[in-house]
Amino acid sequence: MDDAITVRDLVVDRGRRRVLDGISCAVPRGAVTGLLGPSGSGKTTLMRAVVGVQTIATGTVTVLGAPAGTAQLRHRVGYLTQAPSVYADLTVRENARYFAALHGRRAADADRAVADVGLAGAATQLVGTLSGGQRSRASLACALVGEPELVVLDEPTVGQDPVLRADLWARFHAMAATGTTLLVSSHVMDEAARCDRLLLIRQGRLIADETPDAIRAHTGVDDLEEAFLRLIRESETGHRPTGEES
Amino acid sequence: MSARILAVTTGRILRQLRHDRRTVALLVVVPTVLLTLVYFMYVDQPAPPGQPSLFDRVALVMLGFFPFIIMFLVTSIAMLRERTTGTLERLLTTPLGKLDLLFGYGIAFGLAGAVQATIASAAAYWLFGLNTAGSVWLVVMIAAVNAVLAVALGLLCSAFARTEFQAVQFMPVVVLPQLLLCGLFVPRGEMAGWLQVVSDAFPLSYAVEALQEVGVHAEPTGTMWRDVAIVAGSAVVALVLAAATLRRRNG
Repeated sequence: MDDAITVRDLVVDRGRRRVLDGISCAVPRGAVTGLLGPSGSGKTTLMRAVVGVQTIATGTVTVLGAPAGTAQLRHRVGYLTQAPSVYADLTVRENARYFAALHGRRAADADRAVADVGLAGAATQLVGTLSGGQRSRASLACALVGEPELVVLDEPTVGQDPVLRADLWARFHAMAATGTTLLVSSHVMDEAARCDRLLLIRQGRLIADETPDAIRAHTGVDDLEEAFLRLIRESETGHRPTGEES
Repeated sequence: MSARILAVTTGRILRQLRHDRRTVALLVVVPTVLLTLVYFMYVDQPAPPGQPSLFDRVALVMLGFFPFIIMFLVTSIAMLRERTTGTLERLLTTPLGKLDLLFGYGIAFGLAGAVQATIASAAAYWLFGLNTAGSVWLVVMIAAVNAVLAVALGLLCSAFARTEFQAVQFMPVVVLPQLLLCGLFVPRGEMAGWLQVVSDAFPLSYAVEALQEVGVHAEPTGTMWRDVAIVAGSAVVALVLAAATLRRRNG
């Protein structure tokens, strides 16, 4: 299979703490893959390893055919950090236009990216004056403005109103339909059902790497939250859930 | 490095500054207010025979010192913000090169320092009758190079600060010793030998010497150009060291 991201035996230590403990997984191209797990499970660390800003102990991360973080990938990967990383003392439009320019895009592309996240009406407002949800959408616009092949989004929908959340997920799927690969983290289980594929991590270990339907079938429950609970119990009692070797 | 990315980054930094009107106002007004204090401090002090007046001596050095201290502080905080708000981490996942960012800061705040020095010089020469044998533009040029040095040192020091509290503490550590030993308070030749060695190692000493050369010589001297080259060279060294502190990968 032609995967956008391949992670092999990834181990990451932060100080003396082991944050990722031998993760192996693959993220298919042109799909929305959800990265789920409780806060502190290692989601952000895995995403940082994929965009190449995380120091890793052992293992390999291959992104779009090249080692993660190599120079040629910087044109092809978009990254949304968990805390909105935009300039509070610039307007939404100025932020988007700056990140557009870094990717060699025009001002018109930036304005479209701002409109796409529903901030056209706030384009001339300073980011520092926006609400938390608006600020994180401004940050999202800056991650999408370069139209990257791979988009890594760390909790993009936190604090968004339900209608907007639905809009954003529709947009993610529209992007996937045109061939973009998305890796989206969330700690909200109701978002898991919106993903084409799911990676569940807990305490630095991968517990599941399957489609939502396969997880439902495997655990015999319809509710994904309940399904995850069963997978976690299964992993704790030593049974290997399927999918971990893929 | 890419000229296009350097240009848009410089523009972005200047745009941020422009939105902060209070900072711009402070940059413009404070040096003139302080020069006013210096003027009235020294206005009745007799000039030592055969030497420039005390005001001329002190004000000239201050014109170079304002951009140095202000740009050091502004840059340390700006770069620390890039680190703490995550914008730096995001920038390093984009096609931006480290030097694009560092030189962007150097150019943007170097320009801001030059504007500040121009306004302060205008006040010093026109309002307070500052007298120098050499041209005011040489004074502004030296002040601008000094501003770039301060930006470079600020970028470097911000790597060693985790909080704004720590960042501002680098001001007395990095800036004040250079001011004390630059030759303004005690001529460098009259200091104890080991202090002279320390003073020789500080780039600000050369900026002050260059300004003093402009003070007493009508034409730019070889010493002045050598001093300017040393200050500019120190700025480049500090920028390269700052680049080494910018790691794309972190723990």
